Amino acid sequence: MPKITINNKEIEFEEGTTVLQACELAGAEIPRFCYHEKLSIAGNCRMCLVEMEKSPKPIASCAMPAADGMKIKTNTAFVEKARKGVMEFLLANHPLDCPVCDQGGECDLQDQSLFYGFDSSRYTENKRQVKEKYMGPLIKTQMTRCIHCTRCIRFATEVAGIPELGAIGRGEDMEITTYLEKSMESELSANVIDLCPVGALTSRPYAFEARPWDLKKTETIDVMDAVGSNIRVDTYGWEVKRILPRINEDINEEWISDKTRYACDGLLKQRLDTPYLRENGRLIKTSWDKALKILINKFKLLNPNEIGGLIGDLADLEMIYSFKLFFETCIGSKNIECRQDRTYINPYERINYIFNSTINGIEDSDFILLVGTNPRLEATILNARIRKAYIKNKLKIFSIGDPGDLTYPYQKLEANTNTIKEIVAGSHEISNKIKKSKKPIVIIGESALHGKKGQYIFETLKNFLLINNFIKKDWNALNVLTQHASRVGAMDIGAYSINEEENFSFFDKLDNDELKFIYLLGADNFNFEKKDKFVVYQGSHGDKGAEMADIVLPGAAYTEKNGLFVNLEGKLQTAYKASYPPGDAREDWIIFKNLANMMKKPFGFNNIKQLHELIKKKMQTRLNFKEGKNNKIEFIDDNILVKPIDYYYTNSIARSSKIMSECRQISKKFLFTGIEKIN
Amino acid sequence: MIKKISKFQPESFEFSEANLLEAKNEMKKYPKDKKGSAVIALLYLVQKQNENWIPLPAVKYVAKLLNLPYIQVYEVATFYSMFNLSPVGKYFVQVCTTTPCMIRGSQKIKNLCRQHISKNQNELSENKLCSWMEVECLGACVNAPVMQVNEDYYEDLNENETEKIIQSLLNDKLPSPGSVKNRKNTSPENGKTTLLEVKNA
Amino acid sequence: MLKDEDRIFKNLYNDLGWDIESAIKRGDWEQTKNFISKGKDWIIKEIKDSELRGRGGAGFPTGLKLSFAPKNVGSRPHYLVINADESEPGTCKDRDILRFEPQKLIEGCLVSSYAISAHTCYIYIRGEYIREGQQLQKAINQAYEKNFLGKNACGSGWDLDIYIHYGAGAYICGEETALLESLEGKKGLPRLKPPFPALVGLYGCPTIVNNVETIAVIPSILKRGAKWFSSLGKPKNTGTKIFCISGNVNNPCNVEEEMGIPLKDLIEKHAGGVIGGWNNLQAVIPGGSSMPLLPKNICETITMDFDSLIKVKSGLGTAGIVVINNDQDIIKCMARIAKFYQHESCGQCTPCREGTGWMRRMLDRMVNGEATYKEVDLLHDVTKQIEGHTICAFGEGSAWPVQGLLRHFKKEIIKRCHEEPLIKKKSNIPYLIDQHLLEKDSA
Ligand SMILES: Cc1cc2nc3c(=O)[nH]c(=O)nc-3n(C[C@H](O)[C@H](O)[C@H](O)COP(=O)(O)O)c2cc1C
Ligand code: SF4
Ligand code: FES
Repeated sequence: MPKITINNKEIEFEEGTTVLQACELAGAEIPRFCYHEKLSIAGNCRMCLVEMEKSPKPIASCAMPAADGMKIKTNTAFVEKARKGVMEFLLANHPLDCPVCDQGGECDLQDQSLFYGFDSSRYTENKRQVKEKYMGPLIKTQMTRCIHCTRCIRFATEVAGIPELGAIGRGEDMEITTYLEKSMESELSANVIDLCPVGALTSRPYAFEARPWDLKKTETIDVMDAVGSNIRVDTYGWEVKRILPRINEDINEEWISDKTRYACDGLLKQRLDTPYLRENGRLIKTSWDKALKILINKFKLLNPNEIGGLIGDLADLEMIYSFKLFFETCIGSKNIECRQDRTYINPYERINYIFNSTINGIEDSDFILLVGTNPRLEATILNARIRKAYIKNKLKIFSIGDPGDLTYPYQKLEANTNTIKEIVAGSHEISNKIKKSKKPIVIIGESALHGKKGQYIFETLKNFLLINNFIKKDWNALNVLTQHASRVGAMDIGAYSINEEENFSFFDKLDNDELKFIYLLGADNFNFEKKDKFVVYQGSHGDKGAEMADIVLPGAAYTEKNGLFVNLEGKLQTAYKASYPPGDAREDWIIFKNLANMMKKPFGFNNIKQLHELIKKKMQTRLNFKEGKNNKIEFIDDNILVKPIDYYYTNSIARSSKIMSECRQISKKFLFTGIEKIN
Repeated sequence: MIKKISKFQPESFEFSEANLLEAKNEMKKYPKDKKGSAVIALLYLVQKQNENWIPLPAVKYVAKLLNLPYIQVYEVATFYSMFNLSPVGKYFVQVCTTTPCMIRGSQKIKNLCRQHISKNQNELSENKLCSWMEVECLGACVNAPVMQVNEDYYEDLNENETEKIIQSLLNDKLPSPGSVKNRKNTSPENGKTTLLEVKNA
Repeated sequence: MLKDEDRIFKNLYNDLGWDIESAIKRGDWEQTKNFISKGKDWIIKEIKDSELRGRGGAGFPTGLKLSFAPKNVGSRPHYLVINADESEPGTCKDRDILRFEPQKLIEGCLVSSYAISAHTCYIYIRGEYIREGQQLQKAINQAYEKNFLGKNACGSGWDLDIYIHYGAGAYICGEETALLESLEGKKGLPRLKPPFPALVGLYGCPTIVNNVETIAVIPSILKRGAKWFSSLGKPKNTGTKIFCISGNVNNPCNVEEEMGIPLKDLIEKHAGGVIGGWNNLQAVIPGGSSMPLLPKNICETITMDFDSLIKVKSGLGTAGIVVINNDQDIIKCMARIAKFYQHESCGQCTPCREGTGWMRRMLDRMVNGEATYKEVDLLHDVTKQIEGHTICAFGEGSAWPVQGLLRHFKKEIIKRCHEEPLIKKKSNIPYLIDQHLLEKDSA
């Protein structure tokens, strides 16, 4: 390996490393503003200057490739002088308004000026004033503070794939803006707030809410989609003030979607903080004791087979497991289901319902086929990975179904099950492309799995991949893209009603009025006719589910409890409690425990620790579980349409969020992104 | 200063047939997948067609034509000083005031513009025919002071001749360009010191 | 003085006609086919032996630069790009070549393109040179008509197309990588180096960028031999050069002279002397606005070549000589140059973006005698903080002239300065700065 000497210390480095990275390897910290690991190199802030032997000028370490035998110094007077000079320039036109700047306390400029700033300003000219720019409901601008690092521009163009930000004008009058100040058309837009090293781009909803040092920070997991983005929840008292991304290179790198970040104001609204009882058509507040007693009485009146339970999208494993346990041991019913619509799932092998290629694997792929999915809206972060792979490898991407602009080019195929038939038969133009590719990825979305055609599509494609040896240990091309944080976990736990003959037996029973009692566990996206059914809703928000319920039991939201989640790749992650459920609301597993106690039924566990043991055991058996069922494949001639998604309104928290509804209003006005197609 | 953007914008913009043809010819200069290179050329065509300024709909139009993001075309239009984003006169006078011209009296030229065309830069003259502006070095320093009117250079200016030129412009007439002293291009005024004997063989 | 027969640009003043027929009569295109038949290595060796240095400002050895292009053409085509952006104040030499000696340039393009294996050549002309561009286009068309360009250009077996690309008013686009960006349809922001354009240039392909004059002299070098060229001028500073003499001289002019000619000769013999006589000379900018000025005493003896000028802490640059006599306010002259750099900074990197405006504002105050003594040193600090810290050489270009002023005319500035409170009464100060000073004032 080549070697580089940094401050007299010789270290080895890998080809392709920059001097800045090498310095970090050697433990020498380099100040920077424009450089960001995940973005292309701009080299424009000039803060990272270091001394290089034989070079009369200091060099920008972020942009200089490390070379064998280089001698670098980062701690000399020469370097310090150069950096101080740059710092003085950066501060020259930067307002000294830290006390009224929201970035205060987490501002790179503030931090670094402690080391490199002069103690007083020598710049006595009038400071530059820059007009505010409108960038949408999420981003507050104060462009006078901008130091022109162009991180935001590079993020928008490179990662988000929305070339909408730019720098207009030139010289000291250069200004960052979107085209004619329209709001950014991206589900990732707010990441520029984190990227902006100063207070030029700050969070609009969070504006002047708190100072970072006053906040309690909890590292946890997001549930807005099934990606399982790693987040940090900042709370003041019990109020969630903001949500920020945490770095997880395997999942979200360091980005989160706007929904993940900003649906959190929904945690404060529409909350269920006490049990309710429907009396004369109206929901009336009641006590836990009364509510649970009525519930238990209702159970007693019914045949267990007439009782069904439905699990919502945001449920954690504790909830799902105790719910299932409660149904099986206390009620004696097997009628539980984690799907809220007829989406085909083959549960007999774990690879059938997860994203097997993994998010990281996307970057290695050389071919992607999308089947009835819009990853941009269904799993924004995963879509950003596809874009990254596209930028990196220029890989070929095809789609059956028209998802619209995905931020990278792809080729549309006939949106029909016949296409799949042809691909498998080898008569389609892409059949060979798949076969010839080294690491193909087939992503099957829920739109494709919906209804009767689902089974045909899934099983046919799986078979095809098996035959072509694309489902093996080191590469599995089969992927199901689920949109719900609870789905994979629920499948792992076995919270479904599926048998060999019938994939949708729960729904059939419902349609045939065999179910008289429906227990909705945070299930808000379930459309069914209530008729004379008795409905219990247990969850955090007064949304669709609570509206039709006869009894409402208040539960905790995802930031208010410790919980296990399995993301779409099948990774188990723990979410931590950042806040408390409001009022009388309780964590859900406790509710089932209480019910079991009141019913005097034995329950499998006594405390959370025991519950976790049980879950772990269950998960373990699931990992290797395989029933090798040969599902029959029957051709169904049908269109494969990508179902439109109301992106900012996908779950009860988002629907309660004022910010999400603002975003939704604006997004409705968008027709196209950055480039309009010429017709 | 960021360029002033006209408050009055037309509803839409489209190239005339002839200009569209020319635009396509410009695009042909570059490799197939690099048509974006023609953005400057196309913006010039827009100016040519639209009385020497670029309306916002044309920014979009050019972007679509070249399949570029709007913001990139907008960036280009605001970066380069020769693009006007608000109307200028039919006779657009650009006076060079950089040092070589300055020390040969460009201030006087500027004053004349002020006096006869408009008090401030980038304002139309009373008869709406002319506007003027101060520019950086035009690359004709040996013939300083110089000014450019539309496509032509007027060189070796003095007050008398400049006033005549401006008056002529205000009367909607473009005087013949070049040195007002009738000297031959960049040769010394009082007779050549070199190339005395050369002929075409 | 250089003999007329040794001058390369015989039609510098357009006495003989710019059209291709006249050019052919002057000997252009005479042996082009022959040069090419001798092969790439021969051409590059001849240029190396001639010790030709780039005429665009930096004086980089041209033969060496041409040899940087990869020997074999891979999957990416090679490009030759001609830098005709000529925006350096004080410089107007390429303009004459473009309009009066275009065939020399076109012939040079063919030979050089062949030498670096390029089939496409772009000539990037500054946007203001509309007439020059039109004339050049005519010249190119004439060359095509004669089959000197296009397929099997000039019977050489080499294909070459030449296209003109206009800039649109941005000095920075003279910087070669900014020029490439501009050519790609973007803002002219200089690129980070490495990689250098010779390997990753236009559209990511190997690209050689040369000045108009550099390329236009190549056919003459090949024709008359490297020896002839290198015998003119001084060692390592060989050949002839077009000097542009502007400013306070009696007969400002362009003139082709030998490298290493004394500055005084140029001014006295060709430009008719300083207005008001030699003793009225105050200073000379010897190489375009980026180069530090020289006071009269240095001008007495200095010779005009790269190395001599470096010795007196200036440079030959583009050989745009701006003569400033005692009737001028030297600080004002430099303040105007500082304004030029402020106006032309692309804004990409911090020192240049923030520093050019700062320098200009200080200088403006110095002109009016509103600066303080402290600021003289501060101004120097600011130039030092820009110099060497920027992405491209614009940083130096903007800092050096100010440094030159401080080096030679510091007394002049100090004479004018006087100490006064920074914040004057009733001046309009934005709310963000130095509030406390204001309060004290009003208290
Ligand atoms: C700010 C700046 C402006 C420049 N302007 C020009 C120019 O107008 N014309 C030119 O030929 N070279 C210019 N150059 C020099 C070019 O970068 C480059 O060195 C030159 O084109 C190389 O050609 P040569 O080797 O033939 O001199 C400029 C350089 C800088 C840093
Ligand atoms: S707004 Fe922030 S991120 Fe964007 S260029 Fe300015 S300082 Fe950088
Ligand atoms: S971090 Fe290297 S120049 Fe900004």
